[in-house]
Order: sequence, then structure tokens, then C-alpha cells
Amino acid sequence: MNNKRKLLSIPYLLWAIVFIIIPLFMVVYYGITDKTGAFTFANIAAIATAEHGKALWLSVLLSFMSTVVCLLLAYPLAMILSKMNIASNSFLVLIFILPMWMNFLLRTLAWLSLLEKTGVINNILKFFGLPTMNIINTPGAIILGMVYNFLPFMIMPIYNALVKIDPNVINAARDLGAGPFKTFTKVIFPLSIPGVISGITMVFVPALTTFVISTILGGNKILLIGNVIELEFTTTGNWHLGSGLSMVLMVFIVISMILTAIFDKDGEGSML
Amino acid sequence: MKNVLVNLEHISKSYDGQMVLDDLNLYIRENEFLTLLGPSGCGKTTTLRILGGFETPDKGRVVFEGADITNLPPNKRQLNTVFQKYALFTHMNIAENIAFGLKIKNKSKAYIDDKIKYALKLVNLDGFEKRMPNSLSGGQQQRIAIARAIVNEPKLLLLDEPLGALDLKLRQDMQYELIRLKNELGITFIYVTHDQEEALTMSDTIVVMNQGYIQQIGTPERIYNEPENAFVADFIGESNIIGATMIEDRLVEILGARFACVDEGFGRNKPVDVVIRPEDVELTKNPADGTIQGVVSHVIFKGVHYEMEVQANGFEWLVHSTGMFPVGTNVGIKVDPFNIQIMNKPESEDEEAVGVNE
Ligand SMILES: Nc1ncnc2c1ncn2[C@@H]1O[C@H](COP(=O)(O)OP(=O)(O)O)[C@@H](O)[C@H]1O
Ligand SMILES: [Mg+2]
Repeated sequence: MNNKRKLLSIPYLLWAIVFIIIPLFMVVYYGITDKTGAFTFANIAAIATAEHGKALWLSVLLSFMSTVVCLLLAYPLAMILSKMNIASNSFLVLIFILPMWMNFLLRTLAWLSLLEKTGVINNILKFFGLPTMNIINTPGAIILGMVYNFLPFMIMPIYNALVKIDPNVINAARDLGAGPFKTFTKVIFPLSIPGVISGITMVFVPALTTFVISTILGGNKILLIGNVIELEFTTTGNWHLGSGLSMVLMVFIVISMILTAIFDKDGEGSML
Repeated sequence: MKNVLVNLEHISKSYDGQMVLDDLNLYIRENEFLTLLGPSGCGKTTTLRILGGFETPDKGRVVFEGADITNLPPNKRQLNTVFQKYALFTHMNIAENIAFGLKIKNKSKAYIDDKIKYALKLVNLDGFEKRMPNSLSGGQQQRIAIARAIVNEPKLLLLDEPLGALDLKLRQDMQYELIRLKNELGITFIYVTHDQEEALTMSDTIVVMNQGYIQQIGTPERIYNEPENAFVADFIGESNIIGATMIEDRLVEILGARFACVDEGFGRNKPVDVVIRPEDVELTKNPADGTIQGVVSHVIFKGVHYEMEVQANGFEWLVHSTGMFPVGTNVGIKVDPFNIQIMNKPESEDEEAVGVNE
């Protein structure tokens, strides 16, 4: 029995080794060596240069803001969804799920054609004789793209946490004298925190590392740390520097994951 | 008699066109231990939820100490509920759970600390202040749920099958603890269960319900000894329920044989149901000594007594007795007139519907 299980796990183990462990080691190897193969910390220390530091700071800032916006939008939505009978409201669920089936790139490109100087939104504004807006290639456009793409990852874990709350626990709070507001602050919200933490991680981490959204909606004018790393790998061809910077980014990701593991013991986020 | 605390007046409730409670009328007196007893799905929880304020009736009023509270939200009602699955706040420790209601009422810290100590002592869980709910056993969690409710000094405590999830031994211990609590605190209890033994043990008054209708209200003794209809007789304990004819006052014909009884006023030659408890059926060694004769078809030893089945006049009589007759023995059946309980047969189809489901 036990042996059989071990046998069954071999393909997954191989998969993990080939696609996760080996690439990880390669990143670390490139990160701590220079072109001659000699050991160096220079690639990692390069994060401290003004250009890289600024890109990292901007990434953290925009990811943070996107995460906050996602949270503010997702929580009420998740609450509404959790109070509904999903089976009889599958249309509403579909509205949220449908965009997720579309290709990530396509979704973001769609926003480009909406926000462009000569895009749909500005054309409509022009039609009504209103002043056009300069949205594309601003940090705002990037935040919009991040929120749009990652919002479902915030809604799902919060929704999962909320539907898990026993309705009688909420009834008990009301029964003991709490009004709707106190019931929310003292019972519902605290019990949903694991989902909130999962949601934050699941939005913050991809937002921090994205280069697609900032490339398309930032028009290469706004460099995020993801763009810097991407450029090192593709255009400049300095894999060592790219790997070193990736390792710095990984520290942020690991911290987020540890936080999630601590707060989300029931695995609300693992439902996706 | 004590004052009436709560009055349920003409309460009706339906879900998706399905009638769950139909014109229910019930009053509860101060310091009474009243049990709603009935099979699963008969509307017990719905009745409690209407009392607790979690559900509004389609029709009717809930009157609490003379005031109409039908539309009052739960947090404004002077009563507390102990929910079926404890419903503790898992993100708070035991002390915080118990303090929840008191903090909302802005009681002083000293008062709250005092109350926590007192309540934990009352439910025999001293020193559990810092424990988390999930580290407690089912029985302990249930006692915390009770403590959390009673520190608020409610006038009325609603308990929805609070012992349903516990094993037999623990359930019996908790039954005694609840009776003790009720006597010590002088709170009115409305207790919901589908367990007739639990209801008989604990209650001052039992309300037997079926399919949204009240079948009978009475003391445990009265419900057991004088069930008003076949449903109650069948639901409360084991019994022989037999269709019969009331020949005249104090004489009933059961399965073709005439038995003396003590009931009067049913009329002449009136179809009735009789209920005879298995422990009230007497078997005689000499068949001729019995009112009717039969053959023992089944015997099981139950510890305190033997359980026997006797085939007589086309009916399988259930008999509990300390004496035993082996399978195949010809016996006589006798019943003390006092132990034959006569019940009106349901008259209309409507009444039939609320009777026994055969
Ligand atoms: N929220 C609800 N929606 C629809 N039907 C319900 C709801 N609550 C209870 N019912 C139905 O009402 C009937 C009585 O339920 P309940 O009061 O919980 O019974 P009990 O507590 O006696 O087992 C059941 O048939 C149940 O399915
Ligand atoms: Mg119930």
C-alpha cells in the first residue's frame, strides 16, 4: 500500500525536479556567479543601484496599491456572493469567471485599446465634446490592469473563508446582543482573515513580479522590477544580473508565503 | 400558577409554499422547563428561530412579557440561545467567548471577570479561561456555549438539541447538569429534542409536535400515561396501538374480545384507538385465565425485563415482563382496566395527516 503510493508519486516528483528544483538551482547558480563563473555578490547587490532600487520601490508601491484596491472591491463582493445561493446565481458567478478564461495577454491588450490616446474611452469622450484623458502609460493604468487581472484571486479566498463560517456563529453574535456592525467587526471579519491574507498574497506576489501588464499599459516608460529582470534576460542578455535580481524578489515572495502559511491554516487560498 | 412569560399566538410559517408551522399556539410560564418534542423536520428549530428572532413568522405574534416582539431583532431580545453545534467563536479563547455579550453591554472589567469565573464554576470548567474552543471536547464546548448564554442573565434560554452530538453517558450527565442549572438559576428553559427519553427526564411540560402541529401538551407523566392520539402514543415509548370499538362506557372491544376499561363519554359502538404499554400487558400461564389467548412468537432478554411478542387474534402484542414464557407457549393476555388508554380516532383526513405515518 505504502509502496504503491510512493510509486504513484514518482511522476510528480520528477515533474517537480525538472520544472521547479532544477530551474531554481540554475537561478541561484547564475545569481551568485559572474560571466567567468567566479563567485560574486555583485548581482544581488545590484538591487541597491538607483535605477534598480527605484524600479523595486515602484513595483512594491503599485502592487501594494493594487492589493488594497482589490481588497476593498473584493470583500463586499465576496460577502454578497457568500450570501447567495450560488446554484441559482450561476449567471453572476459566470460574469466573474468568464474573463479568467480569456488569455491574460488578450485581456490586458483589450485594456490598451480602451485606454489608448485614440482608444475607445477617449473617442467616446471626444464624441460628447469632453476633454480626453491621459490614462495610458501612467502608474494608474498599471494599477487598473493589475486590479482587473488579479481581482478574482482576491475574491475567491475571501469567498471561501466567508462561506465556511457557520451561520449559527453569526446568529450567536446577534443573540448575545451584537448589532450588524459589531457582528461584522468582532466575528465575521476576524473569521475571514485567513482568506484575506491568502487573497493579499495571491494578488501581491503576481503584481510584484509582473512585466506584461507594465509593458503593455506602461508603454515601457514605467519600468517595474519585473521589466528590469525581463530586459536582463531578453534584451541585455545578462542572465547573471537577472538571476541576482530575481533572488531578491524571491525573498519578498517567500515572506508572503510564510505569512500565508501562518494565517491561512485551513488553506482558503489553495482552493484555486 | 406562575405568570406567562412568552406567548406564541397563531404562528404560521412556510418555506417555498411548504407549510412548516400552521397556526401554532403556545405559552410558556416563568421558570418552566418546556420541551418541544417531535421527529426531525416537524418544525422545532423553526419555532425556536422565531422565538430567538432569526426568523419572522408569516402570520401570528410573539409576545414576551406582554410586549409584541415579533419584529424585534435578536440582539434586542431578553433571551439567549444555545445552538445545536455549539457555535462558539473559534477565534476567541473561552474567557473572550463568555465575555462577548457582557462586553457589548459595556459591563465593567471587574464585573465581567467575576461573571466568567462564576459561569465556568457553574458548568464545572474552572480554569479554562485561556483555552481555545477547538481544544475542547464536544461536551466541554457545549457547556461553554451554555455558560456564554447564561452570563447574560436571560429571562429565557432556548436550547436546540444541545446534547444531540454527545455520546450517551455524557448526554445523561449533561441532562442532570441542565436540570441543576435550571433550578439554581431560575431561568425559563425552552428545550428542543427528538429524544423522547430526554424529554421525559428533564421537562416540566412536554409539547409533542408533528408536521408543524402540536399533538399534545402536558406533563411527562400525562404524555406517557394518557397519550391523546396514536401519534403521541407511538412516539413516546413503545406501545401497542390497536383499532378498537367502544361498546359503552367502561367497556371496549379489542380484536373481538371485550375488555373492561375506565374511560367514559366516548359514546356507544364508537371506533377508537387503544394504547396499551408493553409493561401493562399481563401474560397468564393458563390461557383460559386471559381475556384473549395467544402464542409466544419471540423472546429477547433485555436485562431489566424480557421482551416478548405474542400472536393473538391477528395482532402482534409487544410485552415487557420480568417472567418469561418460551417461544411456542400458549398464554392468556390480561390487561388491568386502568392501563387501557382510549383515544379518539382521527376524524377528518386533515387530522389523519398529522397522525402516525404508516
Ligand atoms: N431556511 C429554510 N428553507 C427552506 N426550508 C426550511 C428552512 N428551514 C427549515 N425548513 C424546512 O422546514 C421544516 C421544519 O424544519 P425544522 O424546524 O428545522 O425542523 P426540526 O428542527 O423539527 O427538525 C423541514 O421540512 C425543513 O426542511
Ligand atoms: Mg432542528
